[in-house]
Amino acid sequence: MSEIVQVVKVGIADMNVVKAPHVIRTCGLGSCVGVVVYDLVKEVAGMAHVMLPDSSLAKSETMNVAKYADTAIEELIRRVIGAGGRNGHLKAKMAGGAQMFQFRTGTTDMMRIGPRNVEAVREQLQRFRIPIVAEDVGGNSGRTIEFHPKTGMLLIRTVNQGVREM
Amino acid sequence: MSYFERMDAVHMDILKEIGNIGAGHAATALSKLLNKRIEMTIPDVRIISFDEMMDIVGGADNVVAAVFLRIEGDAPGNMFFVLSIEQAERFIQQMIGDEQFKLEQDCSELSLSALQELGNILAGSYLSSLSDFTHLNLYPSVPALSIDMIGAILGYGLIEMSRVGDHVIVVDTAIHEEHQPNDRVNGHFFLLPDPESFHIIFRALGVDRDE
Repeated sequence: MSEIVQVVKVGIADMNVVKAPHVIRTCGLGSCVGVVVYDLVKEVAGMAHVMLPDSSLAKSETMNVAKYADTAIEELIRRVIGAGGRNGHLKAKMAGGAQMFQFRTGTTDMMRIGPRNVEAVREQLQRFRIPIVAEDVGGNSGRTIEFHPKTGMLLIRTVNQGVREM
Repeated sequence: MSYFERMDAVHMDILKEIGNIGAGHAATALSKLLNKRIEMTIPDVRIISFDEMMDIVGGADNVVAAVFLRIEGDAPGNMFFVLSIEQAERFIQQMIGDEQFKLEQDCSELSLSALQELGNILAGSYLSSLSDFTHLNLYPSVPALSIDMIGAILGYGLIEMSRVGDHVIVVDTAIHEEHQPNDRVNGHFFLLPDPESFHIIFRALGVDRDE
């Protein structure tokens, strides 16, 4: 009996965990970073759509841990392990962190948010000693990504550049 | 959500009026520029999640043409003029006088700068009418054009708002050419004031919020 493959969606500032044969996807990453933490043997993967580098940027009383790199990675790892992933066997892939618009004047720090997100995600993965196996970051195009926990394959779709496998 | 809970019907009406005036002027400018009647819908002011905002324009990976500019001055914020690819093509065709023009085949400097200029004029007239109405100093940055996934484009405009919560107050006015099928709305003006700008706008219009 073959199981119907579901595509689990991850919204903006959101995270989710999936087990094979199902796949996990997030759409329209610009300056945001899509990060996948997975255990290939256990065929389990978690994906977060990170919007901001650091939770200290938050001005709200309610906290969405998926939104910030420093809180998202920790929670993502916890959930992947909760779903059967093993500490020490986790790997990561990531994509996004583009600079969608170039401005000549008035470039505040907020405008450089893409590269800052990438840097923050890297730091957090390092903190938990999770190797980054592949990444497609920077540039100035939006990306839609889909991860297959069965094969460890990350599909990246970019406008005008087709689909790449990583 | 406490930030938004302080918004009442009067504040929402004011934002609606702002959308009405701003987009009304922009639509008039567009009508003159293209010598066509451009119609607009009644502005929609909504407090919605980021994902819901993407759904207004066909979902996060829908490819669109968008002109983005940063509003600087007394009440900073972001502004987007979003067009479907087909509508962007039609506008460029009319502006450069080439009926055959297709964005996929020919992304020349001329056609893109025509589209950028269109966005510049529209955003400029939106903002200047807003500035007149509120007596606030509002300056547009040089507009930037992007043809890409809407999620990637709008995500940029949501950064400031995302620091306050997971929702955004969007002033959305849709426009379309007269006689074009109404079931497919073709363009959107999105006004996304920074969180701190709301009370500045309300105060300028004499409707202060109780902090």
